[in-house]
Amino acid sequence: MQPNQLVRLTVNGEPAEAYFAPYKTLLEVLREDLNLTGTKHGCELGECGACAVLVDGEPQLSCLVLALECEGRAIETVEGLGRGPELHPLQTAFADLGAAQCGYCTPGILMTAKALLLKEPSPSRDRIKEAISGNLCRCTGYQQIFEAIEEAARRMEHEGPR
Amino acid sequence: MKVLGKPRRRVDGRAKVTGQTRFADDIVLPRMLHMKLLRSPHPHAKITSIDFSKASSLPGVHLVLTGKDFPITFGILPVTQDEYPLAPEHVRYVGDPVAAVVAKDEQTATEALDLVDVKYQPLKTISSPEEALQNPEPRIHAYSELGNIHRLQAFEFGDVAASLKASDFVFEDLYFYEGNTHLAIEQHASVAQVDGEGKLTLWSSTQVPHYVHRCLARVLQIPASHVRVIATPNGGGFGGKCDVCNHEMVAAKAAMMLGRPVKICLNREEVFYMHRGRHPVLMKFRTGVTKEGKLTGMHLQTLVDGGGYGSYGVASTFYTGALQTVTYELPRYKFDAARVFTNKPPCGPKRGHGTPQPRFGQEIQLDKIAEKLGMDPAELRLKNVLKPNTITANWLKVGSIGLAECIKQVVERSGWKTRYKKLGPGRGLGIACGSYLSGAGLPIYWNKMPQSAVQLLLDRSGQVTVFCGATEIGQGSDDVLAAIVAEVLGIDPFEIRCVTGDTGITPVDLGSYSSRVTVMMGNAAIDASNKVKKLIAEAVSEQLEIAPERLEFANGRVFFESKSLTFAEAVGFAEEKFGTIGSVGSYKPPRSPGRYKGAGVGPSPAYSYTACVVETQVDEKTGWITVPKIWVAHDIGRTINPVLARGQVEGSVYMGLSEALMEEQIFRRLPPKLSGALVHKIPSLLEYKSLTSLDMPDVDTVLIEDPDPNCPFGAKEAGQGPLLPVMPAVANAIYDAVGVRIDELPITPDKVLAALKKKKNGEEARVGPTHFPSVPYPDPVLVAPPWEGGDGNADKGSERPKVKLKA
Repeated sequence: MQPNQLVRLTVNGEPAEAYFAPYKTLLEVLREDLNLTGTKHGCELGECGACAVLVDGEPQLSCLVLALECEGRAIETVEGLGRGPELHPLQTAFADLGAAQCGYCTPGILMTAKALLLKEPSPSRDRIKEAISGNLCRCTGYQQIFEAIEEAARRMEHEGPR
Repeated sequence: MKVLGKPRRRVDGRAKVTGQTRFADDIVLPRMLHMKLLRSPHPHAKITSIDFSKASSLPGVHLVLTGKDFPITFGILPVTQDEYPLAPEHVRYVGDPVAAVVAKDEQTATEALDLVDVKYQPLKTISSPEEALQNPEPRIHAYSELGNIHRLQAFEFGDVAASLKASDFVFEDLYFYEGNTHLAIEQHASVAQVDGEGKLTLWSSTQVPHYVHRCLARVLQIPASHVRVIATPNGGGFGGKCDVCNHEMVAAKAAMMLGRPVKICLNREEVFYMHRGRHPVLMKFRTGVTKEGKLTGMHLQTLVDGGGYGSYGVASTFYTGALQTVTYELPRYKFDAARVFTNKPPCGPKRGHGTPQPRFGQEIQLDKIAEKLGMDPAELRLKNVLKPNTITANWLKVGSIGLAECIKQVVERSGWKTRYKKLGPGRGLGIACGSYLSGAGLPIYWNKMPQSAVQLLLDRSGQVTVFCGATEIGQGSDDVLAAIVAEVLGIDPFEIRCVTGDTGITPVDLGSYSSRVTVMMGNAAIDASNKVKKLIAEAVSEQLEIAPERLEFANGRVFFESKSLTFAEAVGFAEEKFGTIGSVGSYKPPRSPGRYKGAGVGPSPAYSYTACVVETQVDEKTGWITVPKIWVAHDIGRTINPVLARGQVEGSVYMGLSEALMEEQIFRRLPPKLSGALVHKIPSLLEYKSLTSLDMPDVDTVLIEDPDPNCPFGAKEAGQGPLLPVMPAVANAIYDAVGVRIDELPITPDKVLAALKKKKNGEEARVGPTHFPSVPYPDPVLVAPPWEGGDGNADKGSERPKVKLKA
């Protein structure tokens, strides 16, 4: 086995370092070495979207990213979405409108939606469908997820982007 | 109603959007080890030897277990205790676990699996029901009823042959429903630990902690009082976490042997092989109708592909027949069923458990009947809808039925009357209905104890803690529990702390299956809440000098006109008067009128009803099917939380549509040089097709409230029933669009094209099964319907002697 390696990165705005076996994915390092279990896994093959996080603001499937490649990069996970105890508008809308049933795909969809809203503050329903088409949800039938993203977009128009 | 019926954030909603919900694989304990299972690469084989010495000596490996360590079998049903935690000598499907490695990390455990040397002697593989019928040997299980037929069932409620003979028309049709799987996004995970007192705790993504608890005690031969099973919130269940799983027992044994916590998380491919999903079912319907469109009788035969083990199969097989009588009036009914063993992953319960398959057949057949009689298919259904408060031909007692209103709603909202048959080429509408249990009337193992129980603990702070064994699988069972207690006690649901799904500290609830939670847990919660409410009212009555029955509990206060106490103050006075305030409540469903052997599957405290209209657009050049819109109306009895209820209905519609168009759990043979094994064709989330956000149509959802007196505030189920009509409504809509019948699922473009080609060539424009094999169904158990002088018992002499099971 190859020796562990040290990587320094920014996670949810804070500097972090991890020392891990070089084969590990970003998903594994987040969950196992940085104790950020909010990011989920459903396949570890890039098929379900449950592990989506933001890497330098772009949605990435953390199961397909080698953690070694993340030296110096900024990672955002669901744990960093709110401001302290205050929920992000997407989180509020997801909780209020039934967009999270079992909640397992939720962190990945929240992060994907955040990236969408950063680029397109008021996306159409079709754009929302397209943006989250790589995130599988088996519970909701997606309707309430679409509505929650639309509601969050409306709230953020008033409150300003985050 | 202060709480019920109002849209609310679910009580566990915040945890889910902040990543704080702790799923089983999120649990990390000090000194924890990791386990992986070695699974059979053969679909059917004898194990001749296992040498794990190399694996044991790999650095970082702590333990290797094999079948020798587990002498006791298990199974979810008492009649099919046919699985070993690790197979000792006989493997029955690719994926059957044969050994386990526990190591310092997952990587080491995975590497050690390659060092376990298992020698197999392959046996002939049974790959399909036809092969199972043709090959009684080699037996997949020695205990099966006849050769490789696991179980045969036959019941007749009134003389169906006579009914069919007297009918104006008899329709005979074959249908096939392919198997498919749950595909919960969370893979099964468990963590086992021996606690400081030497007792076992298992955290697991299970829908049935109570059954896992019983099973662990038996298989591991330890006192049940020393076992605690904690169901972590499930990342989706859909029936896929209803079985007791091999890995749960193996992880527990390993933790006991090592004295250290042991975790296992299945990978996606393993989840596909563990399966326990929808049974593939071949069906033959013979249905009689009058020229006015009234059903006169039905003879249904099913051939059910069970896979390699029993699982829930005996119950699933009964369910392919039991609920055909609760939707439409059916004066006489005959039902023959056979479940066979094949060398594939075991099938079990998936959303709708055994009922979507015959629902698919019956609702398409009704469409064919309507066409033949020149009737509108919606009108035909309305004409036959069962009347409320009926005992059916097979002795199921049905209470409220909101189906007629459901049909009217979807007809109205979809513009059915002006659009059906009039949308032009390539575009069509289809309608179908369904009904489902609100909880199975009987527990899985026979007992007369409560099926759900709730305990309340209150104190002067005003906090209410509610304990219940019910399991949160995403459907919102914690929210239902909090809402019902809050409604009775007049407080906000967020004032309530739910402690659920923990066999060590919560009273027994049988689990999240058969859509039983709202009804059973809800009734138990009302029982417990009313008891503490009475105590509080008595104490407050003395303080305010108001008769207890005049007091109101609402908005966090206990009051009469201007005399008022906060809820916390009221509990404080109750503590002064009675001591610590707590209560227990329990629920057991009413006894069903059926008395014959086999009457135990089908009874429910209440039945939900759904009607659905699907619109399709079919490209005649490519066979490609798009679904622009679905209208659904669901008779839910009473809505507890409309946000969640709508989510259950739309989630069901989604899953039904996905099954209709693409989902299939299918297998292929590897070439002989690669062992010839029967392997899953598509064990990945990419290739096992399911609908994405791009494919999902708009859904127009209506909740019909027809409260049922057996249910808490009248609330029936919502999580399974709405799936049932979707698949046949799609098939019927495709017929309206392009005039071809696809009588098997999934309905894929290639099947549509094949049927269109037949249509063009002047052949029968249909794709579906054409042959029903000869199945040695036994003579039926004869039970007279209520209106033919029956008393719920079988005719003397028609009940078969009990099948002798060989060990």
